[in-house]
Amino acid sequence: MAMARAEYRYRTVAAVRGPLLFLEQVFAARLGEVVTIIAPDGRRIAGEVLKIDRETVVVQVLGETFGLDTATTRVAFSDTLRQAPVGEGCLGRVFDGSFRPRDGLPMFIPERRLPISGIPLNPVARAHPEEFIETGISAIDVLNTLVKGQKLPIFTCAGLPARELTEQLLRQARLPDGGPFVLVFVALGLTHFESQHYTHTLATLAGDYVAFINLADEPVVERLQAPRLGLTVAEDLAFNRGRDVLVIIADMANYCDALREVATAREELPGRRGYPGHMYSDLAALYERAGRLRDRSGSVTMLPIVTMPEDDITHPIADLTGYITEGQIVLSRQLHQLGIFPPIDILPSLSRLMNQGIGAGQTRADHRELAGRLYRTYAKGRELRRLEAVVGRDGLLEEDRHLLDFAGEFERTFIHQGATRRGVMESLDLGARLLTELAALRPC
Amino acid sequence: VSGRIVSISGATVRIALTGPRIGDRVAVGLDQLPGEVVRLEGDHAIIQVFEESRGLGRGEPVADGGGPLLARLGPGLLGGVFDGLQRPLVELRRSDGDFLRGGGDRFPLDPERRWLFTPALPAGAPVSPGTRLGSVREGHLEHPLLARWDGTVAEIAGGEVTLQQALVRYADGRVQQLWQPWPVRQARPLRAKCRPQQPLITGQRVLDLLFPLLKGGVAVIPGGFGTGKTVLEQSIAKFADVDVVVYVGCGERGNEMAGLLDEFAALEDPRSNRPLMERTIVVANTSNMPVAARESSIFTAVTMAEYYRDLGLDVLFLADSLSRWAEALREISAALEEMPGEDGYPTYLGSRLAAFIERAGAVETLDGRSGSLSMVLAVSPPGADFAEPVTQACLRVAGAFWMLDTRLAHRRHFPAVNWSQSYSLHAGPAAAKFNELHPGWSTLRERCLELLQREEELREVAEVVGMEGLQDDDRLLMQTAEELRREFLCQNSFTAEACSPPAATLTRLAGLLSAHDHRAARLAAGTLFGDLLQEDGDGQG
Repeated sequence: MAMARAEYRYRTVAAVRGPLLFLEQVFAARLGEVVTIIAPDGRRIAGEVLKIDRETVVVQVLGETFGLDTATTRVAFSDTLRQAPVGEGCLGRVFDGSFRPRDGLPMFIPERRLPISGIPLNPVARAHPEEFIETGISAIDVLNTLVKGQKLPIFTCAGLPARELTEQLLRQARLPDGGPFVLVFVALGLTHFESQHYTHTLATLAGDYVAFINLADEPVVERLQAPRLGLTVAEDLAFNRGRDVLVIIADMANYCDALREVATAREELPGRRGYPGHMYSDLAALYERAGRLRDRSGSVTMLPIVTMPEDDITHPIADLTGYITEGQIVLSRQLHQLGIFPPIDILPSLSRLMNQGIGAGQTRADHRELAGRLYRTYAKGRELRRLEAVVGRDGLLEEDRHLLDFAGEFERTFIHQGATRRGVMESLDLGARLLTELAALRPC
Repeated sequence: VSGRIVSISGATVRIALTGPRIGDRVAVGLDQLPGEVVRLEGDHAIIQVFEESRGLGRGEPVADGGGPLLARLGPGLLGGVFDGLQRPLVELRRSDGDFLRGGGDRFPLDPERRWLFTPALPAGAPVSPGTRLGSVREGHLEHPLLARWDGTVAEIAGGEVTLQQALVRYADGRVQQLWQPWPVRQARPLRAKCRPQQPLITGQRVLDLLFPLLKGGVAVIPGGFGTGKTVLEQSIAKFADVDVVVYVGCGERGNEMAGLLDEFAALEDPRSNRPLMERTIVVANTSNMPVAARESSIFTAVTMAEYYRDLGLDVLFLADSLSRWAEALREISAALEEMPGEDGYPTYLGSRLAAFIERAGAVETLDGRSGSLSMVLAVSPPGADFAEPVTQACLRVAGAFWMLDTRLAHRRHFPAVNWSQSYSLHAGPAAAKFNELHPGWSTLRERCLELLQREEELREVAEVVGMEGLQDDDRLLMQTAEELRREFLCQNSFTAEACSPPAATLTRLAGLLSAHDHRAARLAAGTLFGDLLQEDGDGQG
């Protein structure tokens, strides 16, 4: 990192608490300033100024605090804010949560450095996202359409195949012109097992990618930084180089837990379920970096993976995410148990930006109407399942029995597709066929 | 006066500075970030900074701005897009580029623009606050200039003027321009608050018929995510029969804001045939913009709304979402280490909110005109649980409660207004007014409510005995209720039916109910229920 001014060193560590280090008698410091912590054994760990309270400075340690002491640990101040190196050289590379190469190759030569916290887009500079992205998955393309520049999380539960779905999206997603995305993949607290699957998939893809991997046994605080590194690189690729970037972050639940850990160490007042009160703003600072700009090519589309603790969609992590993102794809344990893949429950799923991305010129003129009918018919069928549980199948009207069968058929043939890629026209035809078959059963 | 930064925690900065008053605006640090004094402790002041505070350093200077946070009010606000501190975002993009880099103050209005001012008074006329001095034309509106002080007009200009020009010179030497400052946290003066009487037509069938709002009233729209709060707010912003709309995107999505701006520029106001944007002021503080400016954004916006109300206009203020404002308040309160109340919100949440909401109302302005400021406020309860403090605090002061239901939204029933749990305290007088203009309104409204109520009861029975187990006339009622929901309560915001004027609302309802009566009569005459629907199907086909 470039040094703007002489480096100040302090040996005044008063306390080490969780991932935080308390330093006294500091006369000059900036909020967010990058510091280097030199451990008694000479190990150098990066840190960041989190709070300045008169002459006491609280430093967030971006690494293991194991082995630090108060007597001999030194802290060097840099007078700069954290920046990320950017440039074409990062393509095809795998980094850790502090932007160090983890693929055995030397660091690339950066073209420039950008602040990682990002700068908010002027709302009037944003172009409204409205270009259809074909994911090859019927339940998404027809009913919860993804558009360029959208942020659409996948809400999953422990044990559901979110990774398989994500990998399928990585392989299949096509831009409107048919080309592939540049992928930015951020792994937060993933197990070796999961992350190996992901990196293998990335390596077999034709397009460009950059990966930031923080594993479950690596520093927690890096989880707060890795998405910012990934998004800074993504913004550079999109808005300075005109590329269409797809950012995958797995798993946001680990990000939120890291946030909670740091907030607790700072003795902040805990909010719902112990998560800090500023989690909404913090998550928004990440999610809102998706988008497109007027008069510029390039885009950042975001697919964060959110594992809902206890399968609870009202859990603060899922809840706050849903309030910020433009819809959500919700996976269902029930469908998974029926062997349906991808197990997308379309009722709570939603794409808020779908309307502009479909119809004549984008997909097909009848898309909106067809999607609405499929949705309503399936919703009715699902409601009848509850009724069936009470009054039995024979207690239902004949017409209702047909709707009930439709719901099952819809899940088995439309939502279920396994590993195959379906073009959006094929998906639309399939949906239309199911509705025609149902109509043929009606008495009149 | 200037001081130095002592401590920094997030957007809260402690400075060594004596003399500032609570609410004073200050410029913090080398970059002169705008801030507001929120607490005084001995020779220290605590500042809330309205910009990203990363990079601020201990010891950096702080300058006292000498007065409170102001809104600048004058012609040219309509059509504008501002941030939470009233900085013009279109202008900022032109000068600073696509990203918001923060920084100091910006004048929100175009100082170069020329306005044709027509004086209404000769020199020598005595005036008092609110007296009409003259007017300019802003779009299709006549925009009067009202006297700010008591006194006598010594000189008054006419013809083409700019905002900064001295227009009126009072005998005591004071000078009034076409614009004026006003502290955002202080309600603008008025002669009296009146009883709201005129219904505010939203163009939404379910709202106008069942849960109407009067001009000057306040409606709250709570709903979990995905229940369509934003779409409903924006539909109301498009079609409400008011003169001016002030829309605050408070801590919400940037892409939605972009969509709104596109749409409002393209759509026409059906009453004036001018672009909708010409009657609209947008205040945008998206969720990634600084939190403290989110807290101030609703005050900046409501001050502009009051300003247009004072010109004798009907103004509608919409905020999406008030919960984000309350959360910003909570964040600030936590940074100040105040004792938290319920769910971590400060204990003054309720009183602060009530004081804000009371800025709505039907009023008699200082010069005796009538104006109104209505509010429609979206609330985002965590986990769609309405027992949370923000929803509850709103309930205590709101006139109408439009509850959005996650279950309806999952059925794609939009607007997802729950008809059994929503209410309006204005229903009686509003329905009476509608009835004067559209005879039959009240009767049909009552029938509609009764039918929906009865359906609810029957549904419970049907859950046990099945539909086959119901009487024929009850099955007919269920059938009609279903049609009512599909054809009347649902309203697609993306097609031509997005706005339903009261006459169309009434016609549609009358049609559905008379079809029901017709079928009921045939049932009574002995037709079987199955045949009844069959015949209708044939008739249509």
